Amino acid sequence: MKTDRLGHWLAILIGMLYFLVPLAATFEFSLRKLRGVYSFEAYRIVLADPQFQSSFTFSIGLAVVTIVFGMAIIVPMAYFVELRLRKLRPFIEFVTLLPLVVPAIVIVFGYLRLYNSSSVLPLTNSSLGTNFLLTCGYVTLALPYMYRSIETGLRSIDVRTLTEAAESLGASSATIIWRVILPNIRSAMLSGAFLTFAIVIGEFTFASLLNRPAFGPYLQLIGANRAYEPAALAVMAFMITWACMGIIQVISRNAVAARH
Amino acid sequence: MVSNVSPASLPRPRVPWAVVGVTPFMIFAVLFLILPTLFLVVGAFQANDGGFTLANLGKLWTPTILSSYWISIKVSVASAVIGAAIGAFIAYAAVSGGLPRWIRPTIMTFSGVASQFAGVPLAFAFLATLGRQGLVTLFLSSLFGINIYSQGFNLLSFWGLTLTYLYFQIPLMVLIVTPAIEGLRKEWREAATILGASTWQYWRHIAGPVLLPSFLGATLLLFANSFGAIATAYALTGSSLNIVTILLYAQIRGDVLHDQNLGYAIAFGMIVITGLSNLCYILLRVRSERWLK
Amino acid sequence: MSFIEISHLKKSFGPNTVVHDFSLSIDKGEFVSFLGPSGCGKTTILRMIAGFESATSGSISVGGAEMTHLPPAKRNVGMVFQAYALFPNLTVAGNIGFGLKIAGKERGEIDARVAEMLELIKLPDLGGRYPYQLSGGQQQRVALARALAIKPQVLLLDEPLSALDAKIRVSLREEIRSLQRELGITTVFVTHDQEEALSISDRIVVMNEGRADQVGTPSAIYNNPATRFVASFVGTLNLFEARVVDPASGRVSIDGQPVMTARDISAFGIADEATVALRPEALTLGNGDDDRNTLAGTVEEVSFLGAVIRVRVRLREARVSLDIFNDPALVLPKIGMPAVVSFKKDDLLIIDGR
Repeated sequence: MKTDRLGHWLAILIGMLYFLVPLAATFEFSLRKLRGVYSFEAYRIVLADPQFQSSFTFSIGLAVVTIVFGMAIIVPMAYFVELRLRKLRPFIEFVTLLPLVVPAIVIVFGYLRLYNSSSVLPLTNSSLGTNFLLTCGYVTLALPYMYRSIETGLRSIDVRTLTEAAESLGASSATIIWRVILPNIRSAMLSGAFLTFAIVIGEFTFASLLNRPAFGPYLQLIGANRAYEPAALAVMAFMITWACMGIIQVISRNAVAARH
Repeated sequence: MVSNVSPASLPRPRVPWAVVGVTPFMIFAVLFLILPTLFLVVGAFQANDGGFTLANLGKLWTPTILSSYWISIKVSVASAVIGAAIGAFIAYAAVSGGLPRWIRPTIMTFSGVASQFAGVPLAFAFLATLGRQGLVTLFLSSLFGINIYSQGFNLLSFWGLTLTYLYFQIPLMVLIVTPAIEGLRKEWREAATILGASTWQYWRHIAGPVLLPSFLGATLLLFANSFGAIATAYALTGSSLNIVTILLYAQIRGDVLHDQNLGYAIAFGMIVITGLSNLCYILLRVRSERWLK
Repeated sequence: MSFIEISHLKKSFGPNTVVHDFSLSIDKGEFVSFLGPSGCGKTTILRMIAGFESATSGSISVGGAEMTHLPPAKRNVGMVFQAYALFPNLTVAGNIGFGLKIAGKERGEIDARVAEMLELIKLPDLGGRYPYQLSGGQQQRVALARALAIKPQVLLLDEPLSALDAKIRVSLREEIRSLQRELGITTVFVTHDQEEALSISDRIVVMNEGRADQVGTPSAIYNNPATRFVASFVGTLNLFEARVVDPASGRVSIDGQPVMTARDISAFGIADEATVALRPEALTLGNGDDDRNTLAGTVEEVSFLGAVIRVRVRLREARVSLDIFNDPALVLPKIGMPAVVSFKKDDLLIIDGR
């Protein structure tokens, strides 16, 4: 029993080290910008860089649009599939798993062939069109996670009974979704939203191949040209991821607490 | 909740709301997921004049392309297998008891964060850790006089990339496999014990076979996960490590090959590999869910 | 010499003592039930017999061999768990044969024994099925066969019926009992269901807060409950605080109405309080014979339960419930009507052990 527990501690300790050492190293590295003294100089340079500011705000905007657009098409779909169109479920399962099967780089390759300037739908002709294409790409990336969390949320409430109760009181479908279903799956939607945010904010492949000035390509550019600034950016990116996941934890814990 | 709903007074014409609600998603899925994929799959079998051909796939059998697939597969297998083994052990240690209560939620939170911490920043983190000027590299050389780079280590190599990928593979494994390990019932162990089985026999005959589908399935998922990854490798190694995603990236950029349909064929090859591993994953998951119900 | 000898068994988890100084002898071939609410320590004792929990102090021996500190694998004990304890990756035959395979028996011997066990539980054709393909009742029968296949010296049943539907629960418990008789195997059965315990056991141990309140045959437990806890846990009961009028002749007064008991109350003093009890089925409506006790009141409620009709009569302060058999010809009493209930002197139980 005793040696058993020692092994468990050891496994967890090694896991923790593997997790924490690179973070500590990155942080230490990011402070080395000025010779011989630790400073936040690298952070100062990065934050003052107009390209950082523009690419970061661009990606935040993109993440928000992705979340809104994704929710707008996924929530009604998930609701009606759960409520009336159960026979569609295998197909939906397939589609929502597809982004895990088809690598992002393959999907964006398809976009470039299908929606280039000489195609029927030349989305890449304008920057607005390309931004839209990028948003669609991000929705596909986030699709498995968004759908999963919304579906879990819908299953945890009794969609049919709630809907029938609301219908018997004379509510329309739109009213039901807006005033009955949404408030009940709010925490599931928020979890999906923050996960999407974490995925989109530093995404590289789509943005780079569609040539958009997003945060991911900016990171890559800095990485190729600077020494200490990338570490500072990595620390910031990590804090963003950490914040998103932390918020998800808090949300889901509150949701569980509220249900009991 | 229901009392919030304002009663409607007039009968409305019947609108097929379900269809209206599902349609936008369907259009989206077709336009931005299914069509692009199909386009490449079809393109992989098309000659320049539009006719059917296997020549594109045949062109995959060149040393550069084959070796890029091979390195991708090696990195993915190594990071999946090692990640799965370590991740499963950590999950078991966290779940099986004997450790303080706070360990399990802490591990799960950390895993959630680390499994999402991929892409370009991860490459930076490992450069800062195990690069030539990285903290651990300097630490080892100043404290033990070991220069890992003169010992043959290179972060921009197969093992360097594998080590980096493990940073998200291990926590991903922890997240996927924990529910399966929690599904092992205390009664199974007790029933086996009272029928005379030793701990080893319990693992050999019961727990091992019960967990195997979940374990293999999760490993396959990890494999697909790293097979399709590009950002970390690209930021880490530039194009010095010839993995298939980087090759395809270069091809799309128009840097190399100059052959449209060959690009489709490379993409098709990737879809086949990740598709097969996902298919096996799903089959294995169905099997283990049936058992663990 | 009894077969299982449990003496002065005690179990503590940290500062909590869940079993206090528990002693019990069980004869070979006997079917003993531990009955009590959850948390009374019954499962803990069973698990100590199985070896899953170690005793804080005291000892357990089976067939004369001391086994307080033997690991579970060495005890040769069969156990059936609440539910879902079949190995999901093995077929029915694989489950039943598991213990024999571990013991290193030959393939042929295992197959023969498995076939015999399948026959015994009346599922001869299901050897190739997996547990998830079976109903709950079938799963528990397989679990029983798995436990019996190794020819254990003791069979332990840990609430094996509690996860099943009511109907299957009854038929399976009858099956378990007849199997147990057929094999003559010494069996310890844990349950919180008093009807189950009464119907199946040779003897019942009623457990309360880590102690045995009463040990006895089902009829002794039901008809002569030793404590207030036993009386209220086993069956439905009308309890009253009665006042002793004449200890010598057995006269007491319930809610101001004089009644006689056939039981010995000579230990009580005049005007002492005594807890007395009446089973609903011992009461009838109307005066009955002369030597019956009577209590007068008003009908307060009538509920139709199927085979019986339960009538609640309000005396002055107290209420008394009685069961009358359902008979279509019966004219049901009306609520608010005056009523007299009667019972035999023998049926007035004195609970307060003095």
